[in-house]
Amino acid sequence: MRTKLISAPYTIWMTLFIIVPMGLVAFFAFTDKSGAFTLDNIARVGQYSNVFLRSIWLGALATFISLLLGYPLAYTIAKAAPNRQSFLILLIMLPMWMNFLLRTYAWMSLLEDNGLINNMLAAVGLPRIHMINTAGAVVLGMVYNYIPYMILPIYSVLTKIDNSVIEAAQDLGANNRNVFLKVVLPMSMPGVISGVTMVFVPAVSTFIISKMLGGGGNLLIGDLIDMQFLGSAYNPNLGSAISLVLMVIILICMGIMNQFDDGENVGGGMIL
Amino acid sequence: MLKPIITLKDIAVSFDGEQVLKNFNLTIGDGEFVTLLGPSGCGKTTVLRTIGGFVTPDSGDVFFGDEKINNVPPHKRAVNTIFQKYALFPHLNVYENIAFGMRLKGKKEDEIQKTVTEMLHMVNLNGMAHRGVGQLSGGQQQRVAIARALANEPKVLLLDEPLSALDLKLRKDMQNELKKIQQAIGITFIFVTHDQEEALSMSDTVVVMDKGEIQQIGSPIDIYNEPKNAFVADFIGESNILDGTMIEDYLVEVAGQRFKSLDRGFGKMAPVDVVIRPEDIDIVPTGSAAAHINGVVTSVTFKGVHYEIIVDVDGFKWMIQTTDSANVGDKIGLALTPDDIHVMAKSVYSGTMGDYSTFSDEMEEALQEEGSEHED
Repeated sequence: MRTKLISAPYTIWMTLFIIVPMGLVAFFAFTDKSGAFTLDNIARVGQYSNVFLRSIWLGALATFISLLLGYPLAYTIAKAAPNRQSFLILLIMLPMWMNFLLRTYAWMSLLEDNGLINNMLAAVGLPRIHMINTAGAVVLGMVYNYIPYMILPIYSVLTKIDNSVIEAAQDLGANNRNVFLKVVLPMSMPGVISGVTMVFVPAVSTFIISKMLGGGGNLLIGDLIDMQFLGSAYNPNLGSAISLVLMVIILICMGIMNQFDDGENVGGGMIL
Repeated sequence: MLKPIITLKDIAVSFDGEQVLKNFNLTIGDGEFVTLLGPSGCGKTTVLRTIGGFVTPDSGDVFFGDEKINNVPPHKRAVNTIFQKYALFPHLNVYENIAFGMRLKGKKEDEIQKTVTEMLHMVNLNGMAHRGVGQLSGGQQQRVAIARALANEPKVLLLDEPLSALDLKLRKDMQNELKKIQQAIGITFIFVTHDQEEALSMSDTVVVMDKGEIQQIGSPIDIYNEPKNAFVADFIGESNILDGTMIEDYLVEVAGQRFKSLDRGFGKMAPVDVVIRPEDIDIVPTGSAAAHINGVVTSVTFKGVHYEIIVDVDGFKWMIQTTDSANVGDKIGLALTPDDIHVMAKSVYSGTMGDYSTFSDEMEEALQEEGSEHED
């Protein structure tokens, strides 16, 4: 009873601003402009399947790269001396203190055809590389912005692994490689899953990164939804339908993801 | 003497400038049950970790049989450890925990299955193979840890206070089981504990340690009956430790009386420590011929099998454990026979222990708890 009371503010908040809007999204998705029930909106989502595929592909790629870069970094930090650890974590968090838009703008000026990087290349006599408005730039933006969300949960799980468990593995005949593969990696899976979720979900539905770094040719679902509500193609019903489908797709992806976790692990911070 | 399997030679270890072990020499025979006994911080766990390969000594050598293993990493040593907090793999079930070492060695699946089944049977965990380790009680986790270590067929098993987290009754059961297992498979057990009773009841050889040094090595009976110094006498069981003078061989003066003793070789008129175990003292009426010493009872505690009686003899408090009762305020006589009196040379510990004037059960419990905390 007491705990219910304590959670009341958030329960009310959640109901008003999460449950009700989700209901509204579902309502709009299945109605037309006059408010009558229709499946047209859902059916029309199909024509944007290429945008969906591109979003999932780029989001997955960014997630994979974040994992590839983030895991070794999280591991290194977790192995560092305790006072060094907090400093390194501070460095990881530092970019997050700066405004998201500003950071992405900064990448624009770096990657532009006449941007900082190309000017430097030209200065040393190298050919200019076209970087802005490519899928690569979008992935770079995603990795840059979301990698802290990969590093932090993995780091947090790694620091919780008791050193005696690692010693037990060595004691039973495991060399460093086996200690990692058979003990550390499986025990850190909850952190990996958490990180993957926290990078993949915002990456798939981002619109600002693709808009600023991807140009017109790299339209993502987020941009599509943006256009239905704020852009020229004003159609909230279609926008809602796209959102709904995106939600279902993310749910399915997360479901698949969680299958890698056998459920017997230590309670790490798992999302969903 | 058994064939030596582990030899530590002149080992010195220090952490952050603090000397944990110094000039440590120990030879352990093949098939022996050896216990390293001492208060927390005495360096006993460090000895174990040196043998396991987790601590590199600053100087000195570690031998396995005749082979020097100073630079052999833990995973290549034919020893396995049972850790204080079990250190089971939480992501694996009981079966996979026990199979861990065998899988690394690339054993065949049917062989692994056979061994795991045998091990589970040995530690009384039949039918638990597919439980998650998180679902097990402390005692069961401990058994899995034992099975996991033994499945690796070590030549030496290192046990780091493995029973300290268990409750008293379970601890007694496990002591018996461990002893039985050791006798059944016949490998060397090196057991670390701060619990003297555990050490006495399980071991072939007890190594009493304090401040990074060995105080005494011997069989449990030797250690109890013939403690080498006041520390050992005080740490193993209860002891009244008094200042005495060895008048000549077989004659000692203590508490103002001369007693025949069984000890010799201290020289004439040598100052010594005299140990008298509480259970060796008989209560007799004051004034009787047998009453060597007279005193006043200051406290009587019923302990189940016996009474624990504190007697004030001219300001020195003696402890007596006896089945005879007495009342606080009674004047009683204490009777001693020559084999009740054990004479020890003076040591750095002389005069610091063995008087029961400040003794209380609470204090002892507090010390016990302190001792059971993890020690590195």
